[in-house]
Amino acid sequence: MSKFQPITFYSKKAEDSYRFLPFRFNRFRDDHVLVTNMVGEYHILSSRAFEKFTKHQLDQTSSDYINLRAKHFLLDESNEVAIDLLALKLRTKLSRLSDFTALHIFVVTLRCEHSCPYCQVSRQSEDKNKYDMSIEIADKAIDLVFNSPSPAIKIEFQGGEPLLNFDLIKYIVKKAQVINQAHQRYLDFVIATNLAVVTSDILNFCRDNKVHISTSLDGPSDLHNKNRPRKGHDSYERTINGIQLARDILGKDQVSALMTTTEASLNRVKEIIDEYVDAEFNGIFLRHLSPYGFAIKTKSYASYSTERWLDFYREGLEYVIQLNKDGVKFQEFYASIVLKKILTSEESGFVDLMSPAGLGIAAVVYNYDGTVHPSDESRMLAEMGDEKFKLGNVLKNSYEEIFTSDALLSPLEDSFAASNPMCSDCAFESYCGADPVYHYAMHKDFVGRKPESSFCKRNMTIIEYLIGRMEDDPYVKTLFQRWANC
Amino acid sequence: MIHLSGKIEPLNANENCESRLLRITTNENLPRPLRRKYALLSESSAGDGFQAILRKNATIAANTAAFRLSEEIHHLSDDDVVALETDRTRLRVLYRRQSNQNSILLTERCNHYCLMCSQPPKTADDSYLMQEVKELIRLIPDDTIELGLTGGEPTLYGDEFIDLLRICKSYLPQTALHILSNGRTFKDFEFTKKYAEVSHPDVMIGIPIYSDDPVTHNFIVQAENAFNETIKGILNLKSLGQRVEIRVVLQRYSVERLEEIAYFIARNLLFVDHVALMGLEIMGFTRANLDELWVDQYDYKDKLSVAVNLLSSYGVNVSVYNHQRCLVNDDVMHAYRKSISDWKNEYLSECKGCAKQTECGGFFASQIKYRISKNIQKFNA
Repeated sequence: MSKFQPITFYSKKAEDSYRFLPFRFNRFRDDHVLVTNMVGEYHILSSRAFEKFTKHQLDQTSSDYINLRAKHFLLDESNEVAIDLLALKLRTKLSRLSDFTALHIFVVTLRCEHSCPYCQVSRQSEDKNKYDMSIEIADKAIDLVFNSPSPAIKIEFQGGEPLLNFDLIKYIVKKAQVINQAHQRYLDFVIATNLAVVTSDILNFCRDNKVHISTSLDGPSDLHNKNRPRKGHDSYERTINGIQLARDILGKDQVSALMTTTEASLNRVKEIIDEYVDAEFNGIFLRHLSPYGFAIKTKSYASYSTERWLDFYREGLEYVIQLNKDGVKFQEFYASIVLKKILTSEESGFVDLMSPAGLGIAAVVYNYDGTVHPSDESRMLAEMGDEKFKLGNVLKNSYEEIFTSDALLSPLEDSFAASNPMCSDCAFESYCGADPVYHYAMHKDFVGRKPESSFCKRNMTIIEYLIGRMEDDPYVKTLFQRWANC
Repeated sequence: MIHLSGKIEPLNANENCESRLLRITTNENLPRPLRRKYALLSESSAGDGFQAILRKNATIAANTAAFRLSEEIHHLSDDDVVALETDRTRLRVLYRRQSNQNSILLTERCNHYCLMCSQPPKTADDSYLMQEVKELIRLIPDDTIELGLTGGEPTLYGDEFIDLLRICKSYLPQTALHILSNGRTFKDFEFTKKYAEVSHPDVMIGIPIYSDDPVTHNFIVQAENAFNETIKGILNLKSLGQRVEIRVVLQRYSVERLEEIAYFIARNLLFVDHVALMGLEIMGFTRANLDELWVDQYDYKDKLSVAVNLLSSYGVNVSVYNHQRCLVNDDVMHAYRKSISDWKNEYLSECKGCAKQTECGGFFASQIKYRISKNIQKFNA
């Protein structure tokens, strides 16, 4: 090798010649430190190595030094291009902001034929005039939709049970398609329905107009029917039959399902997951129960602690991992959302875990009565009588008035996690988000008190858990890399 | 193995051959106006009007410059292009019609000095090669599917390299171009812009990254600041929508951080068009440094699996080149390519009867000559 230089020739520098790039750190397990940077790269150091790193004493030939340099935690002469790469990754992470609102939720009716105790908003009523969205309101809302600069527009129909006002859904779909001929956005529709009243005619319309179905499946028959009472006690059967029919007509991948967690779910996570496996879904979203609407009134929210839910979540995730080891490709979607943030330079676009929050700028809700809300949760808060987040009314206000209202800008301003107390120096900041509506509901403050926040507790625990699982098990690491990119 | 150069013997020393580059035909009845553009490969014709006549045997007299081909270049056939060395004792084969892996050397100069370079760089001015290549491009059939442009470092020509791209686009608009470059020249955004402005309809540029660790990369390519410049070059190329392939030659120092390279690409360069993980060819400097660089493919097969599946998970188009089938795990087969050029490709005698030989890319002739894995094992049917 005489005519070749040794590797030391290319790293000949004084020991303290490196500079820090921005990073945050948390204690990780007992004697380690997890460092993360603003674009979501992470590295785990022993406490001793971390101390050396921060004192500019880390040995340049150590693997920690090499890894920290490759992941852009430090800068020396050899990796000046790190600045360009960091900038590029940060732009990528934040690029959704310039697209503005993509998800537009239309609450076409509050009426529902179910009477779920945890339900936040629905009404048992035959009074169409009182609880259905009018054509006039729909027209105004559609105009607002196409004011959004987003190249992709998704219109989601919610309720109540939106199929009880299917004529209006048809009207909105058709009208949006006509308007879009001039706009040429990537236009998508989805109906969030319990499928109890679905028919072939409805599904044929969905097929012909590329409307997806998102339904609810809470677990095994007895659990589902307990959670979702209706006349005839047949919610589960109707859902399962509806899923089958919708798949037959629309295509298997056009139907998805969400579960609601109640106290009765907590000991049954495996059975719930088995229900999803049996129904041949490719994953499940293990959701926590939100504190809004009737849920908070009936105390079903307070009745189990975040700790108890986290046990439920971990037990479920371990079971899902085992399913994969046994040859079933199946994912847990909340983990996938967080893992995308941890393992990739992209963002998931999940509106409940964004910084700044997705309020209004990622999703917006047009309520049956014409009121506009920046999220599903804030319209539920309004149903409970607190209109803190109400942005206006489609009948009275312009696009500009709605999207520059103080009711939107104030919580948004407080939702940059990187500038929130405690979030600003949390290593998980780039994996997390902000939820001003939740914190307002619980603490009457957009930022909230993080030590008491179950949002904070839940996410910090999950993030640390996911990272720990990857570090401990190469199989899980590979599995999570797949989920992060689904 | 097919030889790309061979001895020739002038059969009639007095006859002159005007041209150095000869396009070959076997068509003795070629119309007169075209004959002076071709060398005729024939045993029976006198070669009237042709640029030259090439014979495998010397039996009958010729009316034009005639050469006898030594055996290793008897494979020559229609539309091949050869260069006649100035002393008229050798032919170099520049283009083979029958191959879809024609690679054209533009220079032997380079601003890298890679530990495993298969084509060790020289410092002498060889810019005459550029003239030869420009002439060659005009002689190559325009239905050629793909051409490789290689070096040395082709972009050291600067604007002349851009000119060559334009000539390729003008004469061979249907031919895909694959360029091998270390990418450093593209750190200059203005140069990258000129490259992009050629608007070649189908060009891919293959650029090596040997480590996510800048120091290791610089060491492997034996050039300071190479990592910064190469990455910057890739960013410039992609910012102008140019197609880029990352090539990782797997040897001891790059294999050490194979998973980390894959992760670095997935995290930082997800927008590249292709990633090739390439087994080592034992040519040039690799021969001299073999003990230092050697790593048995069998010993890193699990690392290779992790890297390939990581890249696939992230949606990166990944290929494994130059590996033997029995030295890789089944879970990389979606990326495994039979990549060794036909003129370098061989198998061992113990491969005979292997149930998976048709899946296998085989060996570089150079591997068989200098070192192969101790773990070659044939699959039973």
